[in-house]
Amino acid sequence: MSGTSSHSLKNGVFVAPLEVAFPYKRTVGTLLSRFFTSLQQCRLEGTRGSDGRVYFPPAEFDPLTGAQLDEWVTLPDTGTVTTWAWQAIPEDGQPLAHPFAWALITLDGADVPILHAVDALRSDRIATGTRVKVRWAQERIGGITDIACFDLLGGA
Amino acid sequence: MGLRDIAIVGTAQRPSEINSTFTSVELLLPIIQEVLTKVGIERQDIGFWCHGSCDYMSGQPFSFVAAVDAIGAWPPIIESHVEADGAFALYEAWVKLQTGEVDVALVFSNGKTTSGPINRILNLQTDPYMVAPLWPGFDVLSALQARACLEAGVVTQRQMAEVAWRSQRDGKNNPFTLSGTEMSVDELLSQPFTVDPLRAHDCAIPVDGANAIILAAGDAARRLAKRPAWIRGIDHRIDTQRLGARSMIESSSATIAAQKAGVGKDRIDVAELHAPYTHQELLLRQAMGLSESTHINPSGGALVANPAMAAGLARFAEAAESVFSGSADRVLAHCTSGPLLQQNLVCVMEGE
Repeated sequence: MSGTSSHSLKNGVFVAPLEVAFPYKRTVGTLLSRFFTSLQQCRLEGTRGSDGRVYFPPAEFDPLTGAQLDEWVTLPDTGTVTTWAWQAIPEDGQPLAHPFAWALITLDGADVPILHAVDALRSDRIATGTRVKVRWAQERIGGITDIACFDLLGGA
Repeated sequence: MGLRDIAIVGTAQRPSEINSTFTSVELLLPIIQEVLTKVGIERQDIGFWCHGSCDYMSGQPFSFVAAVDAIGAWPPIIESHVEADGAFALYEAWVKLQTGEVDVALVFSNGKTTSGPINRILNLQTDPYMVAPLWPGFDVLSALQARACLEAGVVTQRQMAEVAWRSQRDGKNNPFTLSGTEMSVDELLSQPFTVDPLRAHDCAIPVDGANAIILAAGDAARRLAKRPAWIRGIDHRIDTQRLGARSMIESSSATIAAQKAGVGKDRIDVAELHAPYTHQELLLRQAMGLSESTHINPSGGALVANPAMAAGLARFAEAAESVFSGSADRVLAHCTSGPLLQQNLVCVMEGE
């Protein structure tokens, strides 16, 4: 999609490419610092909200009350697909370079799902309810992409 | 202290284009002139100007400052800008008019949606740590929502295709939109998925566009329009930005905004809903409690012409015009923002 920029002349008006990037650094705050540091070490940690629901990735502030959350819950690397979509032609920067599924995945022990990719290879191999497992990135930087994607549990 | 009576008294829209070579100023200048001429006033009669647009789409920080050239800054004017759809600029103008400091305001918006990869640009609106680094884009997020709705039985593929079919049929009569395809519902349903479970017709057509609306209070409104579209209620609500934490099969912010705007107090003749995806129109109708007797999107809606940052204000223009013409008495205009109907602005207008 980003390959659309090229010089062209249209109705006598010259159209030139303009590519803008915003490569800033910023601190992520104390709560997300712990989360991303854990991810780098292959640990999955969520937070518990005021209604008892477990958020993964963690919520810094309770979506219901706005209160700061600080109760951590360690979670396993398996979960269940709650909805999914099929990316037939992957785009730049996405988790996989071949066709894959996007899914909301609720980790076992969590209540609120995470958005990520599932390496299902074909769209008929995934459905709501499919069980999946984290595939860790080989090189981890402390970011959501430390989870490379999810694999089908048991090869489906 | 009661609220002032405020109405839309004039609108102007630019026909949709793809890959426009006009600058923002060139897009806006003719429609600013047009709306002033229609209402029969001059630039100096405007007490407040408010603009909606998005710098990310222009690829230039503070690009909206340049757009002031379209309205002229001398003699000095009072103006503001929202980094959002023009519908939110209209809300700001409504608040400004409520202060009593001004009686007439001009709201305008523009979006050159096709000059960049809009799906990737809008990705920057998502959570910068948890979502944006994965580059899903809005079509993917909406597809996740659509599947959840389909599997919960809230919508069907056929209902979604019917929304697309009706929008394309009605859009053909609207000079401001691009004409869509002329497929039947069954033909639409036989098309391949773009992002399964969405097909091309389920997703709005990105276009370049611009529009302008004049608002006036009390006697000024009665002087400037034969039949002003009086704003009886306007409300804006937001759901949590955490995609997984809100229901995929309902829109609580739309429900609350509609309630606060007074949608349920009486029948709605025409509802102009800003729904960039077919299933989202169905969700919005349910969330707002709109009945079968309400005519949904006679303009064709955003599905057939979605100038990002102007598509919401276009809904206000279309709804107001149906009051001006007398074809409707009580109308609803809606604007959404963010992924999966995250934000919803609802306005109810009436003719006298």
